[in-house]
Amino acid sequence: MSEGFSRPVAGHVPVLRLGDVLLVTLQGDLYDSMAHQLQQDLSETISRSRVTGVVIDISGVEMVDSFLGRVLAEIAAQTELLAARTVVAGMRPAVAITLVELGLTLPGLRTALTTEAAMELLAQPIVPSRAGGVREESP
Amino acid sequence: MPEHDTGGTLGTPAQEVGGFLRRRSEQVAQRWADEPLFRTVFTVSRDEAVEAGKAIVDALAHVADTQRVEDPDAAGFTGVREQLARMGAARSRAGLSATQVSAELAALLPPVENLLVADLDGQEPERVRECTTALSVLMGTLRLVAMQTALSEVQALTDRQRLQLLEVATPVIKLWDGIVAVPLIGTLDSARSQVVMETLLEAVVDQHARFAILDITGVPTVDSLVAQHLMKTVAAARLMGAECVVSGIRPAIAQTMVHLGLDLGTVKTRASLADALGYCLHELGANIVNAAPDGAGRR
Amino acid sequence: MHTDAGVEARLPIRSDMDLVWVRQHVRQAAARLGFGLVDQTKLVTAASELARNTLVHGGGGLMEASHVADGGTDGLRLTFSDTGPGIPDLDRALSDGYTSGGGLGMGLGGSRRLVHDFVVESVPGSGTTVRVTSWVSRPPRPREEA
Repeated sequence: MSEGFSRPVAGHVPVLRLGDVLLVTLQGDLYDSMAHQLQQDLSETISRSRVTGVVIDISGVEMVDSFLGRVLAEIAAQTELLAARTVVAGMRPAVAITLVELGLTLPGLRTALTTEAAMELLAQPIVPSRAGGVREESP
Repeated sequence: MPEHDTGGTLGTPAQEVGGFLRRRSEQVAQRWADEPLFRTVFTVSRDEAVEAGKAIVDALAHVADTQRVEDPDAAGFTGVREQLARMGAARSRAGLSATQVSAELAALLPPVENLLVADLDGQEPERVRECTTALSVLMGTLRLVAMQTALSEVQALTDRQRLQLLEVATPVIKLWDGIVAVPLIGTLDSARSQVVMETLLEAVVDQHARFAILDITGVPTVDSLVAQHLMKTVAAARLMGAECVVSGIRPAIAQTMVHLGLDLGTVKTRASLADALGYCLHELGANIVNAAPDGAGRR
Repeated sequence: MHTDAGVEARLPIRSDMDLVWVRQHVRQAAARLGFGLVDQTKLVTAASELARNTLVHGGGGLMEASHVADGGTDGLRLTFSDTGPGIPDLDRALSDGYTSGGGLGMGLGGSRRLVHDFVVESVPGSGTTVRVTSWVSRPPRPREEA
């Protein structure tokens, strides 16, 4: 039954450190337990290493359901508490449309088109962020 | 499917007609090949027309065998539906109306009927009448099947065109590096909104656009459904890391929206496409200034 | 006019690993039937939500996938069943924000918006069955708003 399916990688999602920023690349289909593990790993790494930002590249993710959506939102909230910012980068159109239809607009989440754009966003001083960032209050 | 011996004249009139068609398949097809319907559709060679005719005669014989002469869903027709559709479509393309195509199909009856009557020579007049009736019912059903098939072809064509129209009606324009826009014209229904959303978001990825402008100047009405779709598009764009601006909400529409209690909420809106572009450029760090106080470009 | 081509696959839902199989199976089945990318994603996401419900609230169960046809349109039907405690208040469970399992409360109501047809049957004490069907989009026509 399982032939032909790409076997998801078990264990940890690699977390890469680039200067002040942690880069996480999610790929393919994740076990729930891996997402939880990542959440834990990230907060430990942040509190240990004093990074100022986390970029989660999800351009290789084909589906975000409410579980993964919640994990992303929680990671963002956690890093905020640790005085760092999280940017989710590269969400595919089909994934975004589906999330909105599902009812999850994740209003608190910072987003960027690409990891590069996310890095730029994190390089900016903390002010009410621009496009691609947290939603501004309309005047 | 009842077995039939080729020379048989037993059984019901329908079965008799079936046996006749099987026996005379070649002759019927030869005669049909001279009828306008076959002559004009199969232009490569007369043989081609005869072959096509034989396929239809075989199908009719099969239907007659199963005694379902008045049933357009009879299994025997399945094999020739595609061919009938092709013939009907060819005639429509030649400019014939449905009525004319139907008349051409009706013209296929007399040649077969003549053959049948000749074949039944010497039999009881009552029997002959029953058999010709069965045949004309069968041919009527064939006509029905052909028209049915043609109609579903038309439906399929309409559906395809509808889809094409949806795509054509949604051009995404790159206004500047990092800024794309869709000028929407005409009524936005749910299907079209879906296409707009997908097309715009694809363009955001392809063009690395940080800004997407939805210009609704050409949209006559905005009801709650449309407003909902606009908000969904904006929300999806934001999840991808782009900002979506809605421009061109005409005063009348603004009024209706207020009346309906529609709230575009957190959606960024601008009066005109120009204002929206100005806003996006400003956000990208490029400011537009008028060269002179009375200079051109005042909006 | 529905013809049911029978169940083509039965996948157990007993662990979060099974959720991955469910998603991959639905993705492949939808792609084979000719679903567009967005519709595939919606269906896979709905399947993920419903399978997680089966796992978390129903204590595990089964997904059955079958190919259905209606006239000239192909569809994919997914049935999630468990023998868990059932859902006491269906209306409430279908509304957004309702949760009993620590998610965002989008599971049932949210996945209903991702599919064309959605049927849920639940008998308190003996289990829940959710059956969803999506159709390969013919030229889009407003079907839900009809």
